[in-house]
Amino acid sequence: MNKPKPYSDMPLRNRDIKVIVNAGLARRHAAEQRFRWYGLTAISLGLIFVVLMFGSIIAKGLPAFWQTYIQVPIAFDAATLDPQGTRDPQALASADYNALVRSGLRQLFPNIEGRLELRALYGLTSTDAAYELQRQVQQNPDLIGSNQAIWLLAAAPVDTFIKGNIDRALDEAERPIKNNQIEWLDQLQGAGKIEKQFNTVLFGNGDSREPEQAGIRGALMGSFFTLLVTFLLSFPIGVATAVYLEEFAPKNRWTDIIEVNINNLAAVPSIVFGLLGLAVFINFFGLPRSAPLVGGLVLSLMTLPVIIIAGRAALTSVPPSIREAALGMGASKLQMVGHHVLPLAMPGMLTGSIIGMARALGESAPLLMIGMVAFIVDVPKNFLDPATVLPVQIYLWSDLPERAFVERTSAAIMVLLAFMILMNGLAIILRKRFERRW
Amino acid sequence: MQSFLLLTLILLSVSAYYLGRKRALAVAGGQIRNLHSLPSFYGSYTALWCGLPALIVFGVWITLQPNFLIDLVVAGLPPELRDLSPERLNLLVNDLKNQVSGSFVSSAPDPVMVEAVNRYQNLRAIGNTALWIAVLSFAVGGIAYAWRRISPTLRARNRVETAVNVFLIASSTVAIFTTIGIILSVAFESLRFFNQVPITEFLFGLQWSPQTALRADQVGSSGAFGAVPLFAGTLLISGIAMLVAVPIGLMSALYLSEYATPKFRAFAKPALEILAGIPTVVYGFFAALTVAPLIREIGAALGLHVASESALAAGLVMGIMIIPFVSSLSDDVINAVPQSMRDGSYALGATKSETIKRVLLPAALPGIVGSILLAVSRAIGETMIVVMAAGLSANLTANPLEAVTTVTVQIVTLLTGDQEFDSPKTLAAFALGLMLFVVTLLLNIIALHVVRKYREQYE
Repeated sequence: MNKPKPYSDMPLRNRDIKVIVNAGLARRHAAEQRFRWYGLTAISLGLIFVVLMFGSIIAKGLPAFWQTYIQVPIAFDAATLDPQGTRDPQALASADYNALVRSGLRQLFPNIEGRLELRALYGLTSTDAAYELQRQVQQNPDLIGSNQAIWLLAAAPVDTFIKGNIDRALDEAERPIKNNQIEWLDQLQGAGKIEKQFNTVLFGNGDSREPEQAGIRGALMGSFFTLLVTFLLSFPIGVATAVYLEEFAPKNRWTDIIEVNINNLAAVPSIVFGLLGLAVFINFFGLPRSAPLVGGLVLSLMTLPVIIIAGRAALTSVPPSIREAALGMGASKLQMVGHHVLPLAMPGMLTGSIIGMARALGESAPLLMIGMVAFIVDVPKNFLDPATVLPVQIYLWSDLPERAFVERTSAAIMVLLAFMILMNGLAIILRKRFERRW
Repeated sequence: MQSFLLLTLILLSVSAYYLGRKRALAVAGGQIRNLHSLPSFYGSYTALWCGLPALIVFGVWITLQPNFLIDLVVAGLPPELRDLSPERLNLLVNDLKNQVSGSFVSSAPDPVMVEAVNRYQNLRAIGNTALWIAVLSFAVGGIAYAWRRISPTLRARNRVETAVNVFLIASSTVAIFTTIGIILSVAFESLRFFNQVPITEFLFGLQWSPQTALRADQVGSSGAFGAVPLFAGTLLISGIAMLVAVPIGLMSALYLSEYATPKFRAFAKPALEILAGIPTVVYGFFAALTVAPLIREIGAALGLHVASESALAAGLVMGIMIIPFVSSLSDDVINAVPQSMRDGSYALGATKSETIKRVLLPAALPGIVGSILLAVSRAIGETMIVVMAAGLSANLTANPLEAVTTVTVQIVTLLTGDQEFDSPKTLAAFALGLMLFVVTLLLNIIALHVVRKYREQYE
C-alpha cells in the first residue's frame, strides 16, 4: 500500500477517511492512556498525602502514650517527714520529699560523689517525683517509717533516651543526656528498674513547662466547655432559623437578605470571627479574656451557617404531603412543624450539627484572637475560668523545641483526630440509621 | 450562684406549666371542649409568663451590675484618687477587679484599696441578693398574672404561637447581626487606624515593621505600616497552594467522574475528603515539622539555600489541604454537564480524553473557575498553616525558598500577647482584617455568581 499523501494535498473525493483516522489512532490512544495516568496519579498523590500525614503523626505520637518510670527504693523516713509524730496534714504537706527522692537515688548508686555527678543523678527523675511521694504519703500516712520500692516518673530527656530517640554516638555536648547518666540508665535497665507504663499524666494533667508533666486534661476540659456553649447556642438558633426560612418566611427582600447573609458568613475566614469576638465580646461587652464562654460564642457564630444550611436541606427533604396531611387534620402551622416536620427532619439536622461541631472542635485561629492561647496550668472548672482548647494546645506545644514535646504534640493530635473521627462516625451512623427515602 | 438561680427559674417554669394546665381544666369544669385551646397551651402560656420576664430581668441585671458596682465604688473613693486621669483610673479599677477575684494580689496592699475591695464585695453581695429577689418576684408575679388571665375564652394557643414566632424571627436575624457586627468592628478600628496611618501608606507602602514606640525615647521603633509585602507574601503562598491544588484536584475530579469504576469512586472520594476534615492546626504541625525540614534538606542537597520557614513548605501543605475543595466542587460541575454532550462527542469518534478536553472542560469552565476562586479565597483566609510554617519576616520577594509572611500571620502576631488596645499596632490588625474580609467576600460573590449563572445554563 502506498503511503497516503498529506491530507490537505488530496483532492476532496480521494480523501480516504479511514486511512487518515487509522494513521492518527496510535497517537490518540497514547494520549488517552497518558490522560488516564495523569488522573490516576493525581488521586494517588492525594491519597498518599493522607497516608503520609497520618503515618508521620502516628509514628511520632504513639510512643507518647507510654512514659518511662524508674523504680527507686524510698525510705519514708519519719525524721524527715513527721519529726513530731503528729501526722498533722499541714506538716505532711510541707515536708521535704525531695530529700527522700535524693537519698533513694543515692541508695541506687552509692558510689557517686561530687556535686556535679550528684546533680546529674538527681536529674534522672522528674521534679514531679517529690509530689508523687507527697500524694502517696497524704493518701496513706502509714507509709511513714517503711521502706518501699516506688516507680517514679523519669525526667523528659531520660524518657526520650529510653525510647531510643537520642543517639548515643552523638557528641556529649550535643545531647541532653550525659555519658554518666547513660551508664547509670544502662545499669538500671539491666536490673529491670526501668519500665514504660501507660501515660496517665498525659490525660490527667494540665499544661506544664516540663514535658513529662504536661498533659491535655486542661485543654480537653476547655474544649468541652467551649463546645458545650457552642452547641447550646448554635443548635437552637440554627434550627429556629432553618425552620423559619423554610416553613414560615414570606418570599420577600428581607428573606433574601437573610439568605445571602448566611451564605456569605459560611465563607468568611475564621480569623475574622476572632476579630469580631475580640472587638465585640471582649472590648465592648467586657467579657473576660481566655474564657470558654467567649470562645463558645465566637465558634457558635461560625457554626451557625453550617447548621442552618444542613437544617434547611433536612427540612426540604420532608415531603409536602406530610405537611398537607397535618394541616388537613386541623393542626396549626406551628403544630404541623413541631409535631410532624421537625421530628422527621431531626436526624438530618443532628447530622449537620455534629459535623459543624466537629469543625468547631478543630478550629483554633479565632480562639487565638480572644486570648485562649495563654499558658494555663489549672484545669478549667467553669465557663469563665481561663482555658485553652485542644487545637490551641497543639499549636502551643508545636512551638517548643524539646523532642518530648514533639511526641506529646503528635499524641494530642491523635486524640483530637480520634474525637473528630468519633463525631463524624456518629454523624454517618445517624444518617445511615435514620435516613428515609420518601 | 447565678447558675443556681437559673436552675430555680427553670424549675419554677416547669411547675408553672402544670399549674396553668390544672387551672385551665379547673376553669373549664373538667371539659376540654369548653376551652379555646388545648390545656397544654395554657400550661405553656403560664410557663412563658413565668420564665420570660424573669429571664429578661436576669440578663439585663447581669450585664449592668459589674459596671454599676465599679461606678459606685469609684464614687466612694477618696477625692484624690477619683480625680486621676482616665487611664490611671482605669488601671486602678483593673487592680481592684484583680484583687476582688483574688487572682493577683498587689505587693503592698493599700488601705484605701483594701477598703474599696471590701466595699465592692459588700455591694456585690447585696446586688446578688437583690437579683434573686427581683428575678423570683418577677417569676412568681408572672405566674400569678397568667393564673388570673386563664379563662375558657383566653386564646392561649395564639399567644404561645406568637411568642414562638417571635423567637424564630429573632433567631433568623442573628446571621444579619453577625455580619453587621463583623463589618462594624473591623471598619471602626480600621478607621481609627487610618486616622493615624494614611491609607495610601498602608495600601502602597513597601515597608512593614509594626513596632511602635511605647516611650518617646525608644530606639528603632519608627513603625512602618506598608502592607504590600504582606499582600505579596499572601499571594505567593496562595499561588503555590493553587499550583498544587488545581492540577491535582481537577485531575482527580475528572478521573473520578469519567474513568473510575463506581467501586473505586465510592472508596476514593470520601478518602480524599478526609483531607478537608483534618483540623488546620494538624496541617500546620505537619508543615513545620515534616515538610519544611524535608524541603530544606532537599535544597541543601541541590546546593540551594532554603529558609527554614520557606514559603514553599507552607504553600505545598496548604495546597494539599485545598485539594478536596477543588475536587468536590469541580466534580459537581462536571457531573452537571449533560450526558448528551458526551454522547455527541463519542458519536463523532472522539476518545474519552478528547471528549474531556474539547467538550467537557469548555462546557464546565465557568463552574471550574468558580470553584477555583472559592479555593483561592479559602487559601487567602487560611491561618494556622501559615502561622506555624511561614515566617514573620515581611520580605518582598517572589522566591518561594525564602521566608515570607502573610496577612493572617500578621493579624495573629499583632493581636496575641498583651498590649494596649489603642496603639496603631493592634489597630493595624483590624485594618488587615478588613482587607481580608473584603477580598474574600468579593471572591465569594464572584464565584457564586459564576457558578449559579453556569448552572442555570444547563437546567
